[in-house]
Amino acid sequence: MVVLAGVSVIVFALVHLVPGDPIRLALGTRFDQETYDALRARSGLDQPLVEQFFGWFGRAVSGDLGVSFRSGETVTSLIAERLPATLTLAFASILVALLIAVPLGTLSALRPRSVVDRVATVLSQIGISVPEFWMAIVLILVFAGTLGWLPSGGYVPLTEDPGGWAQRLLLPAVVTGVVSGSVITRFVRSSVLEALGADHVRTAQAKGLPTRQVFTWHVLRNALLPLVTVTGVQLAYLLSGVVVVEIVFSWPGLGQLALQAVQARDYPVLQGAILLFAVVFLLINLVVDLLYTAIDPRIRR
Amino acid sequence: MTASATGEPLLEVEDLRVRLRTPRGPASVVNGLSYTVGRGETVAVVGESGSGKSVSVLALLGLLPARVATVTGSARLDGEDLLGMSPERLRQVRGPGVGMVFQDPMTSLNPVLTIGRQLVEGIRAHGEVSKAEARRRAAGLLTEVGLPDPERALDRYPHELSGGMRQRVVIAIALSNSPSLLIADEATTALDVTVQAQILDLVEKLRADHGTGVIWITHDLGVVAGIADRVLVMYGGRCVEDGTVDDVLERPAHPYTRGLLGALPDLATADEGDLATIPGTPPAPTDPPDGCVFWPRCPVRSDPRCETEQPPLQVVGTGLSEGLPHRAATWCAEGGAR
Amino acid sequence: MTGQPVPRAAAGHTAPGSGAGHTAPGSGASPPPTEAGVRSTQRPPRPRWRETLGLLARNPTAAVAATVLLLIVLMAVFDETLAPAGPNEISVEDRLQAPGWDHPFGTDDLGRDILSRVVLGAAVSLRVGFLAVAFALVAGALIGLLAGFYGRWVDDVLMRFMDVLFAFPAVLLAIAVLAVRGPGAGNTALAIGIVYIPVFARVTRASVLGVREEVYVRASRSVGASDFRLLTRHVLPNAAPPIIVQTSISLAFAVLAEAALSFLGLGTQPPNPSWGLMLAEGRGFIDIAWWLAFFPGMAIFVTVLCFNLLGDGLRDVLDPRQRTLMAGGGR
Repeated sequence: MVVLAGVSVIVFALVHLVPGDPIRLALGTRFDQETYDALRARSGLDQPLVEQFFGWFGRAVSGDLGVSFRSGETVTSLIAERLPATLTLAFASILVALLIAVPLGTLSALRPRSVVDRVATVLSQIGISVPEFWMAIVLILVFAGTLGWLPSGGYVPLTEDPGGWAQRLLLPAVVTGVVSGSVITRFVRSSVLEALGADHVRTAQAKGLPTRQVFTWHVLRNALLPLVTVTGVQLAYLLSGVVVVEIVFSWPGLGQLALQAVQARDYPVLQGAILLFAVVFLLINLVVDLLYTAIDPRIRR
Repeated sequence: MTASATGEPLLEVEDLRVRLRTPRGPASVVNGLSYTVGRGETVAVVGESGSGKSVSVLALLGLLPARVATVTGSARLDGEDLLGMSPERLRQVRGPGVGMVFQDPMTSLNPVLTIGRQLVEGIRAHGEVSKAEARRRAAGLLTEVGLPDPERALDRYPHELSGGMRQRVVIAIALSNSPSLLIADEATTALDVTVQAQILDLVEKLRADHGTGVIWITHDLGVVAGIADRVLVMYGGRCVEDGTVDDVLERPAHPYTRGLLGALPDLATADEGDLATIPGTPPAPTDPPDGCVFWPRCPVRSDPRCETEQPPLQVVGTGLSEGLPHRAATWCAEGGAR
Repeated sequence: MTGQPVPRAAAGHTAPGSGAGHTAPGSGASPPPTEAGVRSTQRPPRPRWRETLGLLARNPTAAVAATVLLLIVLMAVFDETLAPAGPNEISVEDRLQAPGWDHPFGTDDLGRDILSRVVLGAAVSLRVGFLAVAFALVAGALIGLLAGFYGRWVDDVLMRFMDVLFAFPAVLLAIAVLAVRGPGAGNTALAIGIVYIPVFARVTRASVLGVREEVYVRASRSVGASDFRLLTRHVLPNAAPPIIVQTSISLAFAVLAEAALSFLGLGTQPPNPSWGLMLAEGRGFIDIAWWLAFFPGMAIFVTVLCFNLLGDGLRDVLDPRQRTLMAGGGR
C-alpha cells in the first residue's frame, strides 16, 4: 500500500514535469482561447498541483482515471479496450516460457555437464541476449514473408475468429515466451540442482521410494518455490514490458497505448497506464506470496 | 530372524572400495574394507571425519551419485550381493532390508511434506497397503519411537518439531519396514545428551525385540561403550583395527586407536567421553601416503616398513571374549595388557 | 521488469539487520541468513586482480567473451579510423546494395555503408550503456551502502523508495523519463540508469549487511575508526565482487535497453547511427533488403551475449555464493 501510494505520487509528478502544455498540444491548430480554458478547467489543470494530485488520486481509487486529451474517451475505457490483448499475449507467453523452461531446466539439472545441459545453457544464454524486437522482425520475415504461413501482425478477439486469433498470437507469444523461457530455464536448472542435493532426497531414496516418486515429491515439489517467484516476475514483465514486441506485431496492447500516450503527451492515459502496471506488479507479488504460503508450510503462521 | 545362532552373518562386506571423481582428481575414499555384522549385533564404526565411514555405508545402498562414484567389492545382505543388484531390487531392499538414519535431523526430512506423508509413502512403497492402514501403522511407529501425541504429529511439518523429535521421526521412517539391518550415521551427534540416551535405549530395545543388526557410526566413545558389541576403527578409508568393544577400548593395538582413546598422552588430548583429537590432518584421499596410511601422523613409527608398506590386518591377541578376533593393521602393534 | 536479487518473496523488504529475505527464499534452510558461523577475526581476502584474471582466463567462455568485448570496445574507440566510410555518406547509386565485396554488410536505402554504421553505432550504444550503468552503479551503490550500513530508518526510507521505483515497469519508466527529458543519447543513459538504481542498491545492501556484523568491522569500530574509513576500507571492498558481476550483467541489459528505446524512436536520434535505430529503419525494408536489420541486430546480440557470458564467468570466480541476480533476471 505504501508502495502503491509512492507509485501514484511519482507517476503524477513525472507526468506533470513533462515540459510543454498538453492542452495546447492536443488542440494543435484548432486553438481558441475559449475551448482551451474549458478543457483546462475540465482536466483540472488550472488548479494547484497538490490539489490536482489529491483530486486525481481520489478519483483513481474509485476507478475514474480521467479523460484522454487526445480522443476524449475515458482512460478507463481505453484501458479496458486494450486489456484483453495484453492479457492474452502475457498468458500465452508465460505458457510458452514454462513449456520451454521446465523440461529443459529439469533435464539439464538431472545431467549436469552433459550434452543436454550444455545445449540448454547455450540456448538460454542466447535467448536472454537476443533483442526481442530483432527476433520478432526475423520471424516475421521468415514466417509471414518468405513462407507466408502466418500473418505479420494484428489482433482479432478469440470470440470473433478463433483461427485468426491463434495465428496472430503465435509469433508474438513465441518471441516473448522464448526470452522469458530462457530466463526461467536458468532458474529451474539451479533450483532443481539445489533440490537434488538436499539431504532429504537421500532419506527418500533410503526408504526405498521409486525414483519417479523421489523426483516428483522430494525434488520437483521443493524446486517449485523458486519457480513460482520467477514466473511471477516474468509475468509482471510480460504484462507491462513488451512494448517493443507489441509495436512490431501491431498488437493493440497496453504498452502500445502507453507509448502513444507518451508521444502525444496524453497525461491522463499515461498516468492511468503506469498506475495500472504498478498495481498489476503489486498484485502479482501478492499472488506469489499467497502461492508461497500454500506451497511452503514454513511460511505459514 | 532369530539371534546369531544361524552362524551366517547378516551383512558380509568384502574388500569394499569406493573411488570418487573429484575436482582435484580421483580419490580413493574406501580402500578394501571387510567386515561382518551378525543378526542382533551392533557394530560401531569410529574414526575422524573424512575417514570414509559415511561413504562406506552409503555405497552399500547405492546412495552415492553414480556419476562420481565407482564402488567395487561385495556386500552380501542375507547372502544377496547389494552391489550387483538391479536398481529395482535395490529399491526393494532399501527399507525392508536396510533402514538408514542420517546425521542431521534438521535437513534429512523434506520440509514441505507432513511427517505423516513421509512415513506413509515409505510404508506404501513396499507392499499393497491402504492409505488408512499405512497411516495407522505410521502412528504406531511414532508411538514406538516415543513421540508424544503421534496422531497429531502425523499432520505436522518437520519445522514444527524439535531436533530430537525430528530424529525420532527419521528413525521411525528407517524402521517403518522392519529392516533386518539398521544403519545409523552419526544419528545422535546433533542431539543433546538426554535425547541421545533415549534414542540409544530405543535402538537397543529394537535390537533386542526384533533381532535387528545395527551399524552405528559415531565418534562418541560413550555411545560405543554403551551400545556396541564390536568396534571397527577406520582411518584413511581402511579398517585399521577391529574387535570386541572390550578388546579395542581396553587394549587398543593400533597407534591411531590409542591416539583416539587418549592412551598416548603426547599425541592426543581427550575430552570427556569423546574421541581425542590427534594433531595433523588425515591423508588426502587424492594423494594417500606410501606405506602405512597413518605414518605421517604416527608418533611411534618403530618399524622400517612403516613408510614403505601398508600393514595387513592381523590378529593381535586372542581376545577377551569367546573366540572373536582382535585385529589391527599396524607394524607397531601393542598387544596384551597395558 | 528490472532484475531482482533472485527470488523476492515478500513485497516489502524485511526489517533492517534481520538479513532474512535477502537470501533466496527458495533455498529453504540453507544458507544461514548472515553466514553466522563462518565469521573470523581475519580480514577476508580482497579480490586479487591477478588471480581473478587468471581464473577467468581458465574459463574459456568468459575469456572469449572478454576478448570479443575488448574488440568491440576498441572498435567503438577507434570508430572513425576503422569505419570504411563515413556514417552519413550518402550515395544514391549505391543504395540497397546486398552484402558484397565493396560493402561487406551491404548498404541502406540512402546508400550508406552498413558496416561503417555498425562500427560507429558501437560507439553510441556502448557510450550510452556505460553511462547508464555508471550512473546506476554510483547512485545505487551509494544508496545500498547507506541503507545497509546505517540500518534503522535510513534503511527503511531508502529501500522503501527503491521498492517504489522497482514497482515501475522498466521500459515504461524509461519511456516516461524520456518523455519528460526529451529524446537523445544523454537522456537515454539517464533513463536507463534510473531504472537500474534499485538493482544496484539491493545487491550492495545485501553485501553490506553480510559484512557489517563481521568481527573485523566491529573491531575497527571499537578502536574508533570513522564511518567513512570503515565504509571505504572494509565494507566497500568486501561488497565489491557481487557489484562487479552485477555491473557486467547490467551492461548487457543497458545495451539492450538503449537499442529498444532507439528502436521506438525515443533514444538516439537520426541521423546518428545507433543499432536500435538502424533496426527500426531497416524494418521497413525487411522484405527486400534483409541486411539492413540483420547486421545491427547481430551487433546488439553479440555485445549483449558477451556481457552476459562475462558476467557469468565473473560470478563463478568472484561470487561463488551467488549473491547477485542471475543474468536475465533483468528481463
